[in-house]
Amino acid sequence: MASFIQLLVSGLATGAIYALIAVGFTLLWQTSQTINFAQGEFVMLPAFFVLAAMNAGAPFWMAGLIGIALSILILGILFKVIIVDPMLKYGVLPLVISTIALSLFLKESAKDLYSSQAQPFPALVPAVDIHVFDAVVSTQSLAVLAVAIVTVVALNLLLNSTRVGRQMQATAQNPTLARILGVPVKRMVLYTFLLNAVLVAIASILISPIYLAKFTNGETLGIAAFIAAIIGGFNQVRGAILGGVILGVLDNLSAAYISSQYRGALPLIILIIVILLRPQGLLGRVEERSV
Amino acid sequence: MTRFGWLLVALAAVAAVAAPFFLKPFGIFLISTWVVQTIAAIGLNLTLGYAGQISLAQGAFVGIGAYTVALLTPLGVPFLVAFAAAGLLCFAVGWVLGYPALRVQHHYLAFVTLAFTTLVFLVLRNEEWLTNGIYGITGTPRPNLFGWKTGGARDFYFLCLGVLALLSVATWWMLRSPWGRAFVALRENPIRALSLGLDTRRYTLMAFAIGSSLGGFAGALYAPLVQFIEPNSFSLGLSFNLLLMVIVGGSGNFFGPFVGALIAVLLPEWLRITQGYYLIVYAAAVMVMMAFCPAGVLGLAERAVLLLRRGSKVAGAIP
Repeated sequence: MASFIQLLVSGLATGAIYALIAVGFTLLWQTSQTINFAQGEFVMLPAFFVLAAMNAGAPFWMAGLIGIALSILILGILFKVIIVDPMLKYGVLPLVISTIALSLFLKESAKDLYSSQAQPFPALVPAVDIHVFDAVVSTQSLAVLAVAIVTVVALNLLLNSTRVGRQMQATAQNPTLARILGVPVKRMVLYTFLLNAVLVAIASILISPIYLAKFTNGETLGIAAFIAAIIGGFNQVRGAILGGVILGVLDNLSAAYISSQYRGALPLIILIIVILLRPQGLLGRVEERSV
Repeated sequence: MTRFGWLLVALAAVAAVAAPFFLKPFGIFLISTWVVQTIAAIGLNLTLGYAGQISLAQGAFVGIGAYTVALLTPLGVPFLVAFAAAGLLCFAVGWVLGYPALRVQHHYLAFVTLAFTTLVFLVLRNEEWLTNGIYGITGTPRPNLFGWKTGGARDFYFLCLGVLALLSVATWWMLRSPWGRAFVALRENPIRALSLGLDTRRYTLMAFAIGSSLGGFAGALYAPLVQFIEPNSFSLGLSFNLLLMVIVGGSGNFFGPFVGALIAVLLPEWLRITQGYYLIVYAAAVMVMMAFCPAGVLGLAERAVLLLRRGSKVAGAIP
């Protein structure tokens, strides 16, 4: 029971990070039909921005802000202007290929320009073990969980309780109608890219102390984000959150109780089952298709 | 195909046959790799380029084919039988993998096939009793066919080239048969194809199965070519690379995979001066190309030829 609680807390912490990544992923899909195969690399990269800023002498908090700012500039604005905008007219598939190439590009760039070795990354809080009943829970997991929850709540407030957020949702649901109603659709699409850049930067800062900053981190994270998004429902923000949490918890529990060798297999099998039985995801709506 | 086009193909064929006589062993190894990857890319081009079903599983099928041959030949199974078994096994698995394609399309299909590739990788890595895990399998022998020993680099290259020629002709023939037209109909407008009485269900499965079996054949040649196979060679990276080859060459173009595989094999060598940066350059080039010419290198060439021709016609009309 004690180890179950430990696994559950660390699973929730990882799951919360997956959720952040998956939310950004679904936002991009909803507003601009961009399936970002480089999303994992987007999470890998900001950690290197932060490390580079710290090497230049910035304290951790400032380096974190610089990392988020660079992430907004490069993974938000430049990504949209250079990669997505010229490709949109060709449809979904060429953009998929382009983001696959982008993931290769970012991965190799991080390897060649920074380091191929895993880099230690400072944690948000000093690692202290807290004893709850007879379970041991690390402050790191709790801090990750807290930051992720605050981020998700803030995101929900932004999307549901502000004018901009509701305009973004309208853009996501029906761009043509949104335009007719006077929503500045183009600016809203840009905002989702910025939002995604912030989310991946936060996820990066949260996950790098656990996994170390390494250029290959994106491979597993990207797949986790896809799976979380699909399990929960590709077109629902709360679906992505649910999917991320389910995935993180299952991942940790299955590694402990079923088979650590096949740890990676369970999410994939769930993915295939969900796609075959409920392609719209657990919380998703069926998308109307035009012939 | 124009007469000029056929002339180019004939020239390329002559070059492919003559090349190993001018190359060092490493060069022969490189062009053999090109042949093997071309076979796999032709299969993917069938699934993706013609039938329009995106697949990130081709690398896994190359792996299945390679392991089939590497496991069967030590048991005394003749190479030709193992080769056929690799193709058949991949055909069957590809058929089954095609079922998700009946239910979901586009990006969902990409994710299902991606999941499949990772599952195959996990099985190859974890089932050590069968696949020897991360230590891989070494020393798959190159076959003797009817008294022809293909142990030498050049002989084995010609074996690969012969297989490529046979499979290309078979694919060419199939694409001009009603099946090939049905594949294109699936890509262009599945609903219309269905209402015209095409059994789209069967053709989707077929497109997957045939494309996958070509991946299996490529793997069956890969194992004796490199004589060392391990799970990492067949991870998601290979599937991505094969996909990029098809797209770079020109998806839906018969000769696209040949060109795409050539670029993927030669580029790292040409860009050796850039040291480790060649993948960065390659990835950047793919992104630029997708932005300006999603039809690939051959699409670009076709556009250039059209422009030239129009230019010469206009020039001819003026005086």
